[in-house]
Amino acid sequence: MLRFTYLLVLAGCLFGALWLEPLLKVGVLRQVRRLILTIAPVAALFIGWDLLAIRAGHWTFDPAQMVGVVFPGGLPLEEVLFFLVVPVCAILGFEATRQTLLRLSARRRP
Amino acid sequence: MTYTMAAVTGVVAAVLIDVFAIRSRVVLGKVFWCTYPIIFGFQLLSNGILTGRGVVLYNPADILGLRLVYAPVEDLLFGFALIVLTLSLWVRLSAASPPGPDPSGPPAPPP
Repeated sequence: MLRFTYLLVLAGCLFGALWLEPLLKVGVLRQVRRLILTIAPVAALFIGWDLLAIRAGHWTFDPAQMVGVVFPGGLPLEEVLFFLVVPVCAILGFEATRQTLLRLSARRRP
Repeated sequence: MTYTMAAVTGVVAAVLIDVFAIRSRVVLGKVFWCTYPIIFGFQLLSNGILTGRGVVLYNPADILGLRLVYAPVEDLLFGFALIVLTLSLWVRLSAASPPGPDPSGPPAPPP
C-alpha cells in the first residue's frame, strides 16, 4: 500500500476537481483538443525542469513510496502524471470560478 | 543554481510569458486571483502529504528551509509558475477566439 502513496495523492487531486465537470457543467473535459494543446507544451517544459532538478540533486524520491516505474533520467511515472493531473485540476477550478463569478454578477444585474 | 533561484526565475518567466508572449494576461484578471487561493489550499494539502511523508526529499543546500505545511516555499513558487502557464495557454486557445483575422478585437456591440 505504501508504494501507492504518491499515486493516491494524485487520485485525490483528481477526485477533488472532477466533480466540477458534471455539477457546474464547465465543459472542460469535452474540449479534448484544447486540453492536449494546453497541457502538452506545459508538461514538456516542466518535465524538462524536473529532469534538470533531479540531475542537479535538488530533490530525490523515496522509492518505497512509488510504484517503481522510472523513466530515463530518474523521472518516476508519478512525476509525469503530476504534470497531467495538476493542470487538468487547475483548468477545472478556473472555469468553475469563471462561471460562478458570471452567475453572481448576472444575479446582481437582472 | 539552487532550487530557490530556479523557482524565482520560473515565476518571473511564467508571468512575463503570460503578459507579453501568450498575452492572455491571466495574472492581471479577477478570475485567476479568485481561483488561485482555492488551488493554493489544495496544493498545501497534497504537497504537504508528499513532503511530510518524505515521498519527495529536498537537498537542504538547495532550499531556503522556509516551509509551509511541510512544503518548501520553493514548491509553492514552482506550482504557481505551472498554473500560470497552464491557464494562460488555456485562455489563449479559447474556443471563443479562434485563430483568424484580429481574434482579440472587441466584440461587436449589440444592435
